[in-house]
Amino acid sequence: MTEHPEGAGRWGVGRLDRRDVLRGAAVVGAFLAVDLGAFLYANDWIGPARLTPRVFLDGFAKVFGRHPGVRKNHAKGVGVAGYFDSNGNGRALSTATVFAPGRTPVVGRFSMAGGNPHAADASSTARGLGLAFGFPGGQQWRMATLNLPVFLDNSPQGFYDRLIASAVVPGTGKPDPVVMARFLAAHPETARAMSIVKQHPPTPGFGDSVYSGLNTFYFVNASGAQTPVRWSLTPLQQALPPSSGPNALFDALERQLRAGPLRWRLVLTVGEASDPTNDATLPWPADRRTVDAGTLTLDSVQADAAGSARDINFDPLVLPAGIEPSDDPLLSARSAVYAASYRRRTGETTL
Amino acid sequence: MTELKQFTVLSRVLHWLTAVLVFAALFVGFVMVNSVASYAQLIVVHKTLGALVLLVMVVRVINRARHHPPAWPPTIGSLEGRLVGLSEKLLYALLLLQPLVGWAMLSAAGGPVVVFGSVHLPRIAPFDAQVYWILRQAHSVIAYTLVAVIAAHISAVLLHTLTLRDRLIERMTFRFRSKADRSHA
Repeated sequence: MTEHPEGAGRWGVGRLDRRDVLRGAAVVGAFLAVDLGAFLYANDWIGPARLTPRVFLDGFAKVFGRHPGVRKNHAKGVGVAGYFDSNGNGRALSTATVFAPGRTPVVGRFSMAGGNPHAADASSTARGLGLAFGFPGGQQWRMATLNLPVFLDNSPQGFYDRLIASAVVPGTGKPDPVVMARFLAAHPETARAMSIVKQHPPTPGFGDSVYSGLNTFYFVNASGAQTPVRWSLTPLQQALPPSSGPNALFDALERQLRAGPLRWRLVLTVGEASDPTNDATLPWPADRRTVDAGTLTLDSVQADAAGSARDINFDPLVLPAGIEPSDDPLLSARSAVYAASYRRRTGETTL
Repeated sequence: MTELKQFTVLSRVLHWLTAVLVFAALFVGFVMVNSVASYAQLIVVHKTLGALVLLVMVVRVINRARHHPPAWPPTIGSLEGRLVGLSEKLLYALLLLQPLVGWAMLSAAGGPVVVFGSVHLPRIAPFDAQVYWILRQAHSVIAYTLVAVIAAHISAVLLHTLTLRDRLIERMTFRFRSKADRSHA
């Protein structure tokens, strides 16, 4: 390597070798091209179209319209608070502190599926219950449950395709039957799941619905044993009959909550080696062992306000030590899309 | 022929460690927020990389305060020197700030903040959705700024080394020392 005389090579001072200038420019140009390419690719600005969280949010906006400041799915809801009384039975399956005997505070939110916060309550719309046990502690457990026996999709793409296919056609008030038929032909798992759901018609209200976690998780106990578990919350009361009007189900729920606490039993269903862990459309056999882990009590309605359930992202992957995600591909997708929805809606309320 | 003044071995190790960690954290971060299938696994990696960047940067700040870096070669003039000094301070500030903003942003969303798979960090911001959003935006702005500043940093070193042939990059590398250096050693 040849060296320049002292001081000859400063920018704008002395003469630069033309070949050196070209060499520097070529290498820097190549570096910047690779750097920019990697940056653009990683940010999904170039390359093949991918199913990103943004695509889901735009899909919700397309199907339900833009509703700034609210969740992009399960937009209509009411915050609640209460506590979970553990009976200690869950400890055989998981070391999670929530299963030690005693009480854990809970923040939650009842909701209706769909992205329109002003949609009229309908019995056929899926009801959700988001829960955050021990919020905002380090060992908190968040979940977003539905009053369905199985989930309708087993892949993120299936969920997206169903969302788009279920767009209501103006005038008819229903999805396009041709589009829906084409979707179901392409997604037999959803057709099968829908027939299972039909065998479990919705209960009269929020208060008597069975809310299921749907996805499988691994519970890890003190001896390190991993068990596939699904859980559900089974009601310990009847619901008040729905009132009339667009908020018939939510009104009945709020009236019932103001009259007294509502309770559910947390039932852990223990899977066996043959049970599917990565497909939420497939039910487990009905004879699987269950563990009654304790009682969830919801005793107050929370107004939407800063710091309420409104501001919690019920991300199913916020798990305490002792509960781990399974290989179900919906879990990562839910976590990713919920985070994108949270970012978008918190921006809409901040700006 | 001037003597090549290298950074101390510790400074060089810390520099390249930071480079690898920051490149990985940025790349994983960008990919993760655009992915549904790998998001869950990548965010675990990303948080751990962020925690490592913060740890290494704290060590670097202490190291920088205790050791003055070697003088620049004469190919860096006074105007360029001011730019280089500013960009060094900017990089230090951004690299310290970015993991802290990530940590605070998770805290503002109600936590928990878990790194290295199972290490729980305390929450360092109140549960507040608006604070979350401001920090979340800042996390992206700082990431894009880092990409630009790091690209400028690498381009400048490459240009000096290849066009001015001042061996600037060798101040930070381990490959070889010049004969002049060895004779002074």
